[in-house]
Amino acid sequence: MAVASGSQTMNNVEAVRATLYEAMKSDDRTVIIGEDVGNRGNVFLITKDFIKEFGPQRVIDTPIAEASIVGIAVGMAMEGLRPIAEIQFADFIYPAFNQIVGEAAKTRYRSNGEYTCPLVIRTPYGGGVRGALSHSVSIEALFYHVPGLKIVAPAFPADVKGLLNAAIDDPDPVLFLEHKKTYRLIKGEVPDGHYTIPIGKADVKKTGTQLTVVSYGLYVHWALEAANALEQEGLSVEVIDLRSIRPMDRTAILQSVRKTRKLLIIHEDNKFGGIGAEISAMVAEEALFDLDAPIRRLAAPDVPAMGYALPLEEEYMSSPAEMADSMREMVKF
Amino acid sequence: MSKTETQVRKPLERHGLSDDQLKAIFRNMLLQRQLDNRGFQLNRQGKVPFALGSEGHEALQAGAAMAFERGKDILAPYYRDLGLAIGIGLDPYEIMLSIFARAEDHNGGRQFPNHYSSKRAGLMSFSSILAAHIPHAVGAAYALKYRGESGRAVLVTCGDGTTSEGEWHESMNFAAIHKLPLVMLVENNQWAISTPLSMQMAEPNIYKRAEGYGMPGEQFDGFDPIVSYAAVKRAMDRARSGGGPSIVEGVCYRFLAHSTDDNDMTYRTKDEVSEHRKHDPVPLFESVLLDAGVVSAAEIDAMKKDVLRETNEATDKAEAMPYPEASDLYENVYEGAWQPWQ
Amino acid sequence: MASPAHAASFERHGLTDDQLIVLHRTMLTHRRLEARGFELNRQGKIPFASAGEGHEAVQAGAAMAFARGQDVLVPYYRDLGLALGIGLTPYEVLLSLFARAADHSGGRQFPHHYASRRLGLYSISSVIAAQTPHAVGAAYAIKYRQERGRAVLTTFGDGATSEGEWHESLNFAAVHALPIVFLCENNEWAISTPLHMQMAQPDVFKRAAGYGMPGVGVDGFDPLAVYAAVKAAMDRARSGGGPTLVEAKCYRFLAHTTDDDDRTYRSREEVAERRKFDPVPNFERFLIDHGVLSAEQAESLKSSVLAEANEATDRAEAMPYPQAADLYERVYASGWEPWQ
Repeated sequence: MAVASGSQTMNNVEAVRATLYEAMKSDDRTVIIGEDVGNRGNVFLITKDFIKEFGPQRVIDTPIAEASIVGIAVGMAMEGLRPIAEIQFADFIYPAFNQIVGEAAKTRYRSNGEYTCPLVIRTPYGGGVRGALSHSVSIEALFYHVPGLKIVAPAFPADVKGLLNAAIDDPDPVLFLEHKKTYRLIKGEVPDGHYTIPIGKADVKKTGTQLTVVSYGLYVHWALEAANALEQEGLSVEVIDLRSIRPMDRTAILQSVRKTRKLLIIHEDNKFGGIGAEISAMVAEEALFDLDAPIRRLAAPDVPAMGYALPLEEEYMSSPAEMADSMREMVKF
Repeated sequence: MSKTETQVRKPLERHGLSDDQLKAIFRNMLLQRQLDNRGFQLNRQGKVPFALGSEGHEALQAGAAMAFERGKDILAPYYRDLGLAIGIGLDPYEIMLSIFARAEDHNGGRQFPNHYSSKRAGLMSFSSILAAHIPHAVGAAYALKYRGESGRAVLVTCGDGTTSEGEWHESMNFAAIHKLPLVMLVENNQWAISTPLSMQMAEPNIYKRAEGYGMPGEQFDGFDPIVSYAAVKRAMDRARSGGGPSIVEGVCYRFLAHSTDDNDMTYRTKDEVSEHRKHDPVPLFESVLLDAGVVSAAEIDAMKKDVLRETNEATDKAEAMPYPEASDLYENVYEGAWQPWQ
Repeated sequence: MASPAHAASFERHGLTDDQLIVLHRTMLTHRRLEARGFELNRQGKIPFASAGEGHEAVQAGAAMAFARGQDVLVPYYRDLGLALGIGLTPYEVLLSLFARAADHSGGRQFPHHYASRRLGLYSISSVIAAQTPHAVGAAYAIKYRQERGRAVLTTFGDGATSEGEWHESLNFAAVHALPIVFLCENNEWAISTPLHMQMAQPDVFKRAAGYGMPGVGVDGFDPLAVYAAVKAAMDRARSGGGPTLVEAKCYRFLAHTTDDDDRTYRSREEVAERRKFDPVPNFERFLIDHGVLSAEQAESLKSSVLAEANEATDRAEAMPYPQAADLYERVYASGWEPWQ
């Protein structure tokens, strides 16, 4: 039964599924291509039974061949279809690296607009699920460097739907990152009907006055938990959910930093060269004299991956308690 | 010299091609050779920094182009396909704009020479990355089949070296599984920069891989334009009528170095090259046509002069055009205006 | 299998009774430890286990053709039996399942991603076919150092043969006539992708001719046939005869892993139909029928395997996890530095 404004409670996996379903129904140029997306309905059941309704021509189970999953999708896009390619786990995306950064990102540019690449590449990323070295990585830092490519990483179901719709509508290639731990863990209200959220716009998920925390993905939720705990201590922390990694919402970040005068960036990916590095550089360039404390980044240590054993996973990842510690220190700086 | 009753015409297996079509094929070969040379001349004159040669590929490409249906088929070529590009309808002027990197070029002067694209002609944009375009061709073929557009097919080309690429393999496999309307034309010129065929693969007959993918494969003499036409036509007809993909391998030879930045004498001998030069398809086809009475020596002479004229006009016209402006760098990154981070 | 006959009247490819029993024990241990992984997962003791039921004959047969101390194995993540067959112990397997610090990877890797320098068992990732070029490189090193009598055995499933890196690997191995055997364990399923959606013609070994190397197809449910084919190929490789592509056709009886539910994409009837070819009970029956093993010996073998599995489980379970500080070890050869 719909809530007053017309919405439903769903988790992130349901939000992806519902959005894909509507896209497939409304535009028959839309096809889904990836491993196990058809008969299995995707390993998280996102496209369960899609093949029964839309057929194997539109829900394509590919051989195991990541480079060509993206490459074939690029060709489909160049020829007028609207493909949504899936890489089963972000850890498997590396063979497709050239097709993403060397081909998809450059198609419009190199042909001066004559050929374009309206492509969505969806992939689950992130840890906290005992995924070890090959089912846990974050990849955004490898790709956000590339002009011509767009990257989004929503954390809440309503944002998932709005940004996925925007990605599908976008005439340029979009890498759509889904944090796998948030699939079932995170629930929220999702408005009915078709809507989009502009790519490149962050969202303040909690207003505050003493510290700006910028994050995305699973860690937005942990950061909010930490900020809420700090509120009980009388400390006021603002939490910005980036939602878009590239383009990134510079305005929102600067606006908040000029208000709170302190910046803490929290991300799951390794620290060196992570998203936090670019944000730090930008804020230092633009707003150095608006800061009352050095910019800090709370991120994964620079080791190749989190391990399968729990202590190794926990050491790699940042918990809400660790985030709260960092926040507290910064507020009191 | 005109024909007399006492001259015997050599019989010619023309695979249904008319005299006009045979002449068009020959003209394409001449034009390819001429434009090819022009690039090198301009490079030696210091007018353009780079040129890529395709000498040796003229018969294969002219024949294949004749099998291509303009306005219907799609071409996904690689950077040595000058003959195919003009054969499917690109103008020498468009070729020269690319060589001179002018703003008017299809790609706004962004791409290397020989990296043509033309939506009008059905020529898909491609990069210099070997085999990266082949999955694109497969995707385009999928779109054709998906929309039920029978009578249309994708002709995708590559050299012998490219068949070693993982993406070549993945593309052939997918095309076969889905019986896509696609023809994989391998232009085996036996060299990949300095890598001879024997170091590129242990089995030199590339078409033999087709069986492993579950599709037909065929090899033909890439120095014979009529045989090239016939092989590509057969394959394209099969693809257009729902018969699925195939691999057709034309064996030819790369007479020149890889590009103006390569010196092939560092890795092969003059003797080897001159031995293969004896099979140069351009003078060879000239003799074939003369002997078959399809064309006279005077006509050939006129054709050559006309090709030179056309090349000169295209060169002059393109050279006179302006370069792109610095501000053009920022166009077409995404749809809509470009925003810097700051 | 053959009807009861005299002990001498079957093709044993030079294997003695003792070797046949070792082969059978490998298959039994493979089956037992796989099942143990699933049990522990159901008990909530370990988060994950993968399944190779159906592969026992392929792997035990291939392992018998592997020369310990000489050859190199570059497996994939479903090769529990091959690992056991070349000398990995049940204890090492359980350490991997339990992610203990004493595990070869220090608890870092997913289960079944064993590695052992001592055994010549290479470290792999979960990325399909990424290990195949590694195997080729190792074979190149062996040839380069002129180490006659050594070869690389590398394995993968049917799905892996679609990968670009698989293609690039076979091509290179053939050009350089490397001492390597490519063994495809074709179990007809790549998670939910059936063979006919993975490739247009079902015989992987038929691709060999395109690369210019010999290709052999063999019944993967018959451990002796697999042994013979892999041995011939390894002998060829070891003596400078170059690479071979061997395809052993079997079937994946269970789902992909404990995180997969195969009921969503294939029928129980299909699986039950193929279960009739289960190589573990079938080879036991074969050995009994041919007088290699008595029924009592067969039972006592199974008890021994179970006892060994239990002992390994208890021992491994009692071992400690890695410490948090272990995360920072061996990123590089020495000394880890944070950015600050």
